[in-house]
Amino acid sequence: MTFIASLLMTIALINGAAAAESTPATPGCDVPESFISTEIDLARVTNAIKERRRLEISVIGSGSSVLPGPDGVRFAYPARLEAALRERLPGNEIKVTAHVQLRQTTAEMAAGVPAILTEDKPALVIWQAGTVDALRGIEADDFRISLETGIDAIAAADADAIVMNMQYSPRTVSMLGVEAYAEVMHWVAQQRGIVLFDRLAIMRSWTDSGTFDLYAATKDYAMARRVHECIGQALASQIINAAHLDAGKMQTTR
Amino acid sequence: MSERDLRLDLFRGLALWLIFLDHIPQNIVNWFTIRNYGFSDATEIFIFISGYTGAFVYGRAMRERGFVLSSARILRRAWQIYVAHIFLFTIFMAEIAYVAATFDNPLYAEEMKILDFLKQPDITIFQALLLKFKPVNMDVLPLYIVLLLLFPPMLYLLLWRPNLALAGSALLYALVWKLDFNLPAYPNGVWFFNPFAWQLLFVFGAWCALGGAQRLRDVLRSRVVLSVAIAYLVFAFAITLTWHFESLDRFVPTWLADWMYPIDKTNLDVLRFAHFLALAAVAIYFLPSDWPGLKSPILQPAISCGQYSLEIFCLGVFLAFAGQFIIAESSGGPLLQAAISVLGILIMIATAKLISWYKTIEGRTAPSRVKQRDADLAGGEA
Repeated sequence: MTFIASLLMTIALINGAAAAESTPATPGCDVPESFISTEIDLARVTNAIKERRRLEISVIGSGSSVLPGPDGVRFAYPARLEAALRERLPGNEIKVTAHVQLRQTTAEMAAGVPAILTEDKPALVIWQAGTVDALRGIEADDFRISLETGIDAIAAADADAIVMNMQYSPRTVSMLGVEAYAEVMHWVAQQRGIVLFDRLAIMRSWTDSGTFDLYAATKDYAMARRVHECIGQALASQIINAAHLDAGKMQTTR
Repeated sequence: MSERDLRLDLFRGLALWLIFLDHIPQNIVNWFTIRNYGFSDATEIFIFISGYTGAFVYGRAMRERGFVLSSARILRRAWQIYVAHIFLFTIFMAEIAYVAATFDNPLYAEEMKILDFLKQPDITIFQALLLKFKPVNMDVLPLYIVLLLLFPPMLYLLLWRPNLALAGSALLYALVWKLDFNLPAYPNGVWFFNPFAWQLLFVFGAWCALGGAQRLRDVLRSRVVLSVAIAYLVFAFAITLTWHFESLDRFVPTWLADWMYPIDKTNLDVLRFAHFLALAAVAIYFLPSDWPGLKSPILQPAISCGQYSLEIFCLGVFLAFAGQFIIAESSGGPLLQAAISVLGILIMIATAKLISWYKTIEGRTAPSRVKQRDADLAGGEA
């Protein structure tokens, strides 16, 4: 067992070393490449940029897609994603619309998906889910079905989808069991062939690397805003990777 | 049958250590626990061995002293576990209340809603007493309680018609998969470990203890079975690798993923059960019960922990809480996590030795209880 374990650790180290060249982002936002590289194509996003130079994204989510307070929306990751994409895809019109309702379960969000699609007509939907379901102890199977229903509705409306899992919250990890829901999201994404933005693993890697002290008890918004900034950056990188919108090339064709 | 199989204590002791490690979610030492290398984890080992030792001890009691007396002992055991569970719940409440009072971070406004149940302590505590509200990682003891409550009639049947009992257990398991029933949980959903599914492992363990293992002897010695078991373990290991390294996902064919996922822990997925059986087959093949290593001092710590499983299990849950707490308070890195893991296991070993010492002095002062002490060693710890 020890041998296998050390073997695994070695693989992990090699993996980590390969990921050391991270995407260009705000200093301190580095994310291991493996978390934001994907083999799934965001073909509608590619089309939207290449054909129309215009990208509309809808974000559907609950409380962790926004920050509390009057400036919460401005500093939360959907707005930061918009800013990052505008910077990295210059000459394109980028619009991110956030549909965030606190305390929404995945089933409730799935029910709202068709209306949002009709309203926004997005090329891409980013769906943040799981935390409220974990809070309420929704049955894993029901959670899975809701997720699949929503994803199918997105596919039927001819939009790409990214699902985003929970935040890594080390202080509540012993009270709020998110692991089982994260597993469901992982395999639903895999089975439906859509991109997973593994916020849980990414934030955990930030704790491990010392980028953020997520254990900290603080009323200060500075860290929360920086985390959302970094999530927005990482999402932008993942979208650019998956839609093959190499930033350098885009700039030369401007 | 008459002599206690030390392999059971050894593996149960190891399982208790692994459960402790797995219950510290931030722990780097988690990498070493078996759930990262296959489908099943320490829970399967714990439940199977508990069924085995339960039948070993209470089965003898039922044969010698009758149904009523042995049932009374089983139910007393269930009561002890219930009390232990509520004790752990109290510690958990204290921890939560502390976090609620001291931890504030706008980043986690949503996650902190989990503390809302402190606003309704009446409902929360009542639901906990009903075993409907169970905090994360406190699901094993309630499962064990229900298994013991159902055990007297099952044990009776096992003694009378063992194969019929096992078939009945398998039928119940199959019905769970067909009809999807489980006990309700609070505030929503169902039990994390469905007792009607997990009973299969417990009853299978009991069946093995009551002569089933003898009947399977030839099967377990066959090289074909061994090869199949090893092949399956390698397969499971390969699949779990793809969970840890996203880039390997593409090597899992779609038809296989469709058939295989989700691997359901709640209802004891067949893949998990089979993985446990394969692990057990390999362990039994390479470690015969007369293996001299079982007497070696290196393995004694694990064996002692396995012999006082209820106490050590509860201690492990408590130590995991405490360990998490220390890691959180000091924003600890891998070194601290490793230190806490090692220290926790040392405390578990020391406690097992202490309990053993207590049993010895109690045995000395009351010689008439010596016989019962032996039963306690195995049976008290069923």
